[in-house]
Amino acid sequence: MSAIADSLFELRASYGSLSAMSRERRRGVGCRAQSKETEGTTHVLDEPGSVTTAEPTQETDSEEDIDLPWQVVVHNDPVNLMSYVTMVFQRVFGYPREKAERHMLEVHQKGRSILWAGMREPAELYVQQLHGYLLLATLEKVS
Amino acid sequence: MEICRQNDQIEISELDPFLAELLRQIPASTNPDGVSAAEQRLFSSPTNGKEPELRAEWKAYVEPELRRLFQSATEMVATDLQQLNGDEKSLANRTLRIPAKHADAWLSALNQARLVIAAKNDFTETELSDHFRSPIGSRRDLSLFQINFYGFLQEFILRELDH
Repeated sequence: MSAIADSLFELRASYGSLSAMSRERRRGVGCRAQSKETEGTTHVLDEPGSVTTAEPTQETDSEEDIDLPWQVVVHNDPVNLMSYVTMVFQRVFGYPREKAERHMLEVHQKGRSILWAGMREPAELYVQQLHGYLLLATLEKVS
Repeated sequence: MEICRQNDQIEISELDPFLAELLRQIPASTNPDGVSAAEQRLFSSPTNGKEPELRAEWKAYVEPELRRLFQSATEMVATDLQQLNGDEKSLANRTLRIPAKHADAWLSALNQARLVIAAKNDFTETELSDHFRSPIGSRRDLSLFQINFYGFLQEFILRELDH
């Protein structure tokens, strides 16, 4: 594995814990309020408009704590090469080339594409990785 | 200039002094030099403006890591480029050998350089699509040529990674 790939891994690991810490801070408690039954549950919106997974939850947290789906959106950038963007989508999301190219073309033609949707923490990690590849990516709450 | 894959290396040979100098410029070109447009492009917002808390956390925790990541890629490229150091006045063509395992670092550094140059010059999409503009007209034309040349190298490295 190359040094830059190592750095990406470290970046992912460090931000993962920071993200959890900041969530705890928002909740105002010293430990995670999320129960084991709901840990790792992901509401995956693989294609825009279709939630494919929605595990039942036993949480009774306040409205603020309910982790509604978040979207990972990539925006058009005239500088990044189309082939580069396709490679990044394949690497970050593990998409096959055809799907990665479809998203890349959507970014190019429509100005943006929703690459992934689900829980906030993995969505943040995806955005972080995309920024590591210098793509214009944002995290947006599903409305 | 010729570029080809030789076992576990990417070899750029027959580099004339002009192209060799453009390659030597890669690390310096990744520096935003205090130009806010360039800085903002390298460290863009993770939100669409609706999550100020997330943005503040990002600035505090993620941006320093991104800086470290970009810098480590640039340093690796700078080390590879030391092969081109030597007699600056020599007009002889040079050869640069890039270890395949450095390909990701090169992709990152080339991308940083292209984005920073584009932001500093505020190039339009039309200008960026003009791949046949002469590099001899002005400093701006040279910058555009630099972006296209670095893009060509990126394309080649991506193709090799694909194989």
